[in-house]
Amino acid sequence: METGTIRLKTGLAEMLKGGVIMDVVNPEQAKIAEDAGASAVMALERVPADIRRDGGVARMSDPSMIEGIMKAVTIPVMAKCRIGHFAEAQILQELGVDYIDESEVLTPADDTHHVDKHAFKTPFVCGATNLGEALRRIGEGAAMMRTKGEAGTGDIVEAVRHLRSVTREIKLLSTLSEAEWMAEAKRLGAPYELVRLVAKEGRLPVPNFAAGGVATPADAALLMQLGAEAVFVGSGVFKSENPARMAQAIVKAVTFARNPEELLKISKGLGGAMAGLPRDTIQPEARLAGRGW
Amino acid sequence: MNIGVLALQGAVAPHREKISHLGADMTEVRLPADLEGLDGLILPGGESTTLLNLMAAYGLEESIRLFGRFRPVWGICAGAILLAQRVENPTQRSLGLLPATLQRNAYGRQNESFIEMLPLRLPGRETALVEGVFIRAPRIADIDSGGEVLARRGEEPVAVQFGHVLATTFHPELAADDHLHGYFLELCRKAGTLRAAG
Repeated sequence: METGTIRLKTGLAEMLKGGVIMDVVNPEQAKIAEDAGASAVMALERVPADIRRDGGVARMSDPSMIEGIMKAVTIPVMAKCRIGHFAEAQILQELGVDYIDESEVLTPADDTHHVDKHAFKTPFVCGATNLGEALRRIGEGAAMMRTKGEAGTGDIVEAVRHLRSVTREIKLLSTLSEAEWMAEAKRLGAPYELVRLVAKEGRLPVPNFAAGGVATPADAALLMQLGAEAVFVGSGVFKSENPARMAQAIVKAVTFARNPEELLKISKGLGGAMAGLPRDTIQPEARLAGRGW
Repeated sequence: MNIGVLALQGAVAPHREKISHLGADMTEVRLPADLEGLDGLILPGGESTTLLNLMAAYGLEESIRLFGRFRPVWGICAGAILLAQRVENPTQRSLGLLPATLQRNAYGRQNESFIEMLPLRLPGRETALVEGVFIRAPRIADIDSGGEVLARRGEEPVAVQFGHVLATTFHPELAADDHLHGYFLELCRKAGTLRAAG
């Protein structure tokens, strides 16, 4: 019997495709997310917008809080560890979460290395801003990628930039001849074998989701049309005026991302979206998307 | 032949590859109108609560129930839960097309997901060993009489058939072989011939 292999890890990501993964901070929010049609929840103590407001070091959440959420819902539960903090990841694996997010939203614990994700039975999702970063994470064992947005802003511009960057680099790579792959691997700082795979298949070897700054159904539809296979929503649901309604609308928008007639109906009368914080007003050193190496 | 795959959420893409490899067309189903003219329907793996929610919002519960009365339907993992007459752990609404009880998340969480080789006994064919990919899988707790068990894991049924309704708790769309997709397409072909004759 085979357990904890990359096929089982990406297999769960396959099941999450076309869905929405929502940040929740307590069992009540988790229930609202599940009832609204979320296909998974991300359990954390503070949504990114609050981490940004409060400052300080952001760490893995209290396992008892995550456990409360695992008991409250039947859908998969994910939780975040700090970049490079393999001890936090070990604790989350022991707890039995369904996916671990090695996340730039928390304060990085290692400024050179990421977690060796092959060493874990629990699958990992990691963020990336470009193809090289995505392939380094996959090389370390990530079973799902999410292109990074600027978390906690409600500003979609970074998510769009990074999703476009990854898809553009994949397209370029697939036009190269075999003789050019090694130089491209060097330029990207990515493992040659993975560069070869992407060049031949024209897509990442693991599912590619998008995250960061999603605040409306239209934002979610935009990312899906740009090639994301599912969407993470952080602060966008529970910082909106009517979370249950906004959550359900974003779920529908992912399903009907290419159907403007349905999107129009979905977008009507939702109440206010999160206020948001334009990404360009944030000091460069306070931006989260740049974390990760 | 045109096979529909419910495309509200979940593992849709792998079915497209299997179906086109077997020479049939595949249509993504999101609205009741998409069911028109289809020879069969696959309810794929995904999250059953998400699928139920969207099915209810877009009037698909009633139209799939009607479709499944006369045409072949195959539920996989979450899709099998949607088809069941009874759902446990916890109880939830379902289409009631499969006379069986399905128990959700019966093996545990993702760390307990597994792949195991299973003997598949399809009517009129030799027993084949196929890959059973079980991801946060449900369990078929009991089946009413009249059902046929196509595969067991130990004593437990993991693939069952009631007439033109098929259910598997594992994911043939993620396996290397295409035995079950071939079998479902054959069911659809036969049902189509019967409809044309009748």
